[in-house]
Order: sequence, then C-alpha cells, then structure tokens
Amino acid sequence: MSLDASAPRLVNEAAMGRNRAVRRLGTLGLWLNPAFAYFFLWAPIVILVLFSFNASRSVASFTGFTLKWYNNILNNVMGAERAFSTEIMLSAFRNSLFVGVIATAIATVLGTMIALAMARGRFPGKGLIDGLLFLPVVIPEITQAISLAIFFKVAFDWIATISGERILPGFHTIILAHVTFNISFVAIVVRARLADMDPQLEEAANDLGANPWRTFWRVTFPLILPGVVAGALLAFTLSLDDFVITFFTSGVGTSTLPVFVYGLLKLTVTPEVNAISTIMMVLSTLLIGISLALQGRAASRT
Amino acid sequence: MSERLRRMRKNGVFLALPTILWLVIFFVLPLAVVLVFSFMSRGRGGVAIMPFTLGHYERAFGIFMIILQRSISLAALATVVCLVIGYPLAFFISTRRRRVTRQIALFLVILPFWTNFLIRTYAWRILLGEEGVINGFLLGIGLIDDALPLLNTQFAVLVGLVYGFLPFMVLPIYASVERFNFRYVDAAQDLGANELRVFIRVVLPLTLPGVLAGCALVFIPSVGAFVTPDLLGGTKGLMIGNLINKQFGGSGNMPLGSALSIVMMAVVMLSLLVYVFANRRQARA
Repeated sequence: MSLDASAPRLVNEAAMGRNRAVRRLGTLGLWLNPAFAYFFLWAPIVILVLFSFNASRSVASFTGFTLKWYNNILNNVMGAERAFSTEIMLSAFRNSLFVGVIATAIATVLGTMIALAMARGRFPGKGLIDGLLFLPVVIPEITQAISLAIFFKVAFDWIATISGERILPGFHTIILAHVTFNISFVAIVVRARLADMDPQLEEAANDLGANPWRTFWRVTFPLILPGVVAGALLAFTLSLDDFVITFFTSGVGTSTLPVFVYGLLKLTVTPEVNAISTIMMVLSTLLIGISLALQGRAASRT
Repeated sequence: MSERLRRMRKNGVFLALPTILWLVIFFVLPLAVVLVFSFMSRGRGGVAIMPFTLGHYERAFGIFMIILQRSISLAALATVVCLVIGYPLAFFISTRRRRVTRQIALFLVILPFWTNFLIRTYAWRILLGEEGVINGFLLGIGLIDDALPLLNTQFAVLVGLVYGFLPFMVLPIYASVERFNFRYVDAAQDLGANELRVFIRVVLPLTLPGVLAGCALVFIPSVGAFVTPDLLGGTKGLMIGNLINKQFGGSGNMPLGSALSIVMMAVVMLSLLVYVFANRRQARA
C-alpha cells in the first residue's frame, strides 16, 4: 500500500488489518501450493525409479539396493515365475522406430504442404480446412482409434469380397493412423514458423525472376527448415509415445513398445516392470532433450 | 505483386489437396462410418448389419447413463482440481523475479510429462495399491490397521486424470499471467479495492482466456480417457472410454460402441462450443 500520510484516508484501519491478514495467508498459500504441486508431480516418478532398485519385491518399504530386476529383464525373467521375452521387447522397440520414421516422413511432407498452402495461398474454404486440421488435435484418441479400426475392417472386408484378397491389419494400418494424427501437429508448428517469416523475401525472389519451384527451394524452405525439423521431431515423439490409436490399429506381431508395455502394466506391479519403466523414462527424456537441443541450435542459426 | 505470384497463390489449393484428401479418407470418412454404424443392428460377432435402429442410443442414455454421468462428472472434477492446483502454480512460476528461475520452475512442470503416459499412470498403481507405498507408509506409522482401498476406485481415476493433464492447465494460464500487467493491481489498490475485489475484478478477468483454454484442454481428454480408468479404476471407476473399448473385444458390439463414441463426440463438441462462446464473450467484455 503506497498511501502517504497526507493522502485522504480511503481505507479504514480495520479493513487495512484484514487486508494484511489476507495477504499473509495468500503469501503462505502461494508457497504451499507450489510445494504441494511439485511434490505431486515428482513423487510418483521418483518412487517408480526408487523401487526399481528395491531389494524386496514389495513396494511397501525400501529394504536395500539391488540391480537384480534389471538383470532379470536382460535374462528373460519377469516376476517370480512368469516368462518374459527380452527379444519380443526389443522387436517391439524396433517396430516403434520403424513406424515412427515412416509415419513422420509422410506426415512432415503432408503437414508442410498444407501449412504452406494455408499461409501463402488465396483460395476459398480455408475456414473449413482449418476445422479439418484442428479436429484431430482435439477429439479424444479413443474416438479416432475406434473409427479407424472400424474403417479398416469395413474397407478390408470390401476389398476381400471384390478381389478375394484378405488384407490384415499390421504396420500399414498403424502407419496410416499415425500419419493422420500427426499431420495437424506438423502443420501447426510449420505455420507458426511461416507466420514469423517475411513474405517479401519470396516476392523479391519472384521479382528477380526465380520460378516458384526455385523460390521455394532457395528461399522459403531454408527459412522454414527449423520449423519443419521441429514439426518432424514432434511427430516422431508422438508416434513413439502413442498407445491408444496403435492398440486399436495394430495386428498380430506388429505391437509397438507402448502396446507391449501396456500388456505388462495391466497385469500387476512387479519390480521388473518398474525397471522397464525406468529405462523407457530415461530413453524418452534423452530423446526429447536431444531434439530440443537440436531445435535450439537450429533456431539460433537463423 | 506480379501476375505470376497472384496465380501462384491461387494455385496454392493444389498444394493443399493431397493433405485434404488424406484427412478426408482417414479422418472424416472413418467418423462417417462410425455414425452410420451407430444406427445399425448388431450381427453375429458384434458386427453391424441392417436394419437401422435407434436401440444403441436408447441403451447409451438408458442403462449406460450412469457411466456417461460418471465420465462427465469425473472429468469436471478433474478440471476443477487442476484449476485449483494449476492457477496458483502458474502465478507462482510467472512471478519469480529471475528469468532462469522462471524457466526452471516451468521446466519442472513439463519434465515429468516427457515420460510415456502409460508409465506415468502405472506409477500411481505403485502408490495406491493395497500393498502400495501409501498404504505401506500409513500401516508402518500405525495410523491405520487395515490397508485402505485406494486403487480401483473413482478416487484413483480422479488422481490419475489430474496427474495426467495438470500441465495442460498450467501452461495456458502461465501464458496469460505472463502477459498480465501487475500495475493494474497497484492501480486498483490505490483506488481502495481490497485483495478479494482486486482478484475478482482485475486479475481473474484478465487471465480468464488462459483459464478457459486450460479447462477445455483438461476436460476434453478427461472425458475421453481410456488408459487412466483402465489402469486405475477397476470396475468401480469404469468410464465411457472403457465401455467403448469393451465393444471391440470378443463378445463385442460394434454398433453400440459406435453409438457410445458418437455420444462422447457430442459431449466434446458441446464443451468446445461452450469454450468458443465463453471466449468470445470474454473478448467482447
């Protein structure tokens, strides 16, 4: 309160006292709330990592340090008696990378194309296209997942009756699904980059006689490249991370890592699962950290 | 602008066409199929056959109404809890004096979310289980004699939803608090407004866009949640997403699953409309 003594009294003493009390309570709250929030955010993760090193099978108390569970994973043991295949886990991981790379490549091209068209093109129906790009981001994953599952089934039934050839779900269906949900994310990131770019640069290239193709590769593309890279990395991360849509569109033998891990998590809490979770957590943190560092470097270069 | 450039801009539509085509085939068409399926009868093996019927919608709003209500109220509750935790947290982060502190504080909110959603949700099974960390601790200090049933309850689902979507609340509010000019607070106080009045009349309206965006971003994925209730809810915490999932298993019913999806889409669209409407009113005020 910055009322000096000569200023007219706008607030009476009682109100001032009440204000001070409220403010002190507020200050306390402003410290307690983040303390609780950060505890809430971090405790589960810390505990998960901690208990992956716990000597006892139980998660009720920490009895000592061990690497036994990590060793079990490497030696095809899961839980006390259940068999677990390290090989299947690794092949699921390879599947994830395979799907991620291809889906990212396609989604990046399609997303960048529509971002360019929306930013530079003049044609009717843009509002409708905006809606079309926005919807996949907001509708619940489960809706997208089951609509694709039904669609593939209907389409494959149809193909089977026409050609007699039976197509089964597999990598192709997962990739088609991943491209579909990734296009919007790539488009959003690339459009943000295009919005920052000076369109006069393209006009200048055009005035100097460059054709649209040349203008794009010599002027526009180098300038939006950090955005395209960022969009691609986002798409790759989302693809590696996706569970729900993959779960509904994958076939036999094409499980990705999240689908494989889900099968383990569903059963019960075991120290081996904690160990796998910890490894996955470290991997994804590394991956995102590297991609952010790359983005930072790309952005600072331009 | 040259004639050539103008022509190029009109031709931009050709650049957009492949993507539009892709989204129409793999996004719009599948939703249309779901819509048609939702009005068809259930055949052997859960597939959709003729004739058309409204039966699945009758069931969705009949015996499954309780699950629909539960999904909406759990999502609404999760949104409120996220707001209560997230709003002061966003304020705390954006009022740190040094830029580095602000960045670290924000980073600490985002970092846990680099972990796969499945694993983050699974972590709560370790905490809430009958032989879990919380029960182990409470039994250990002698506060309780029997393990509390925490896992496989609606409470567990609520905790999971809040944990899963809290950053979606914090980030947009943080963005709007960042833009907020704290001189307005001084001005209002100099004019004699008390703390509560300053908050309700000045701070809240100016940060409302962030609050609205945060609420939409938490509510929508919560209504459609599948993983959270699946791993934490058991049968007591079943939500509409699980019910839809069940229709695609062995003894499934695809038309019913389709109808339930359409109902869920309707709820999502309705909440988006509310968001857009509230945002417009707010912008005008």
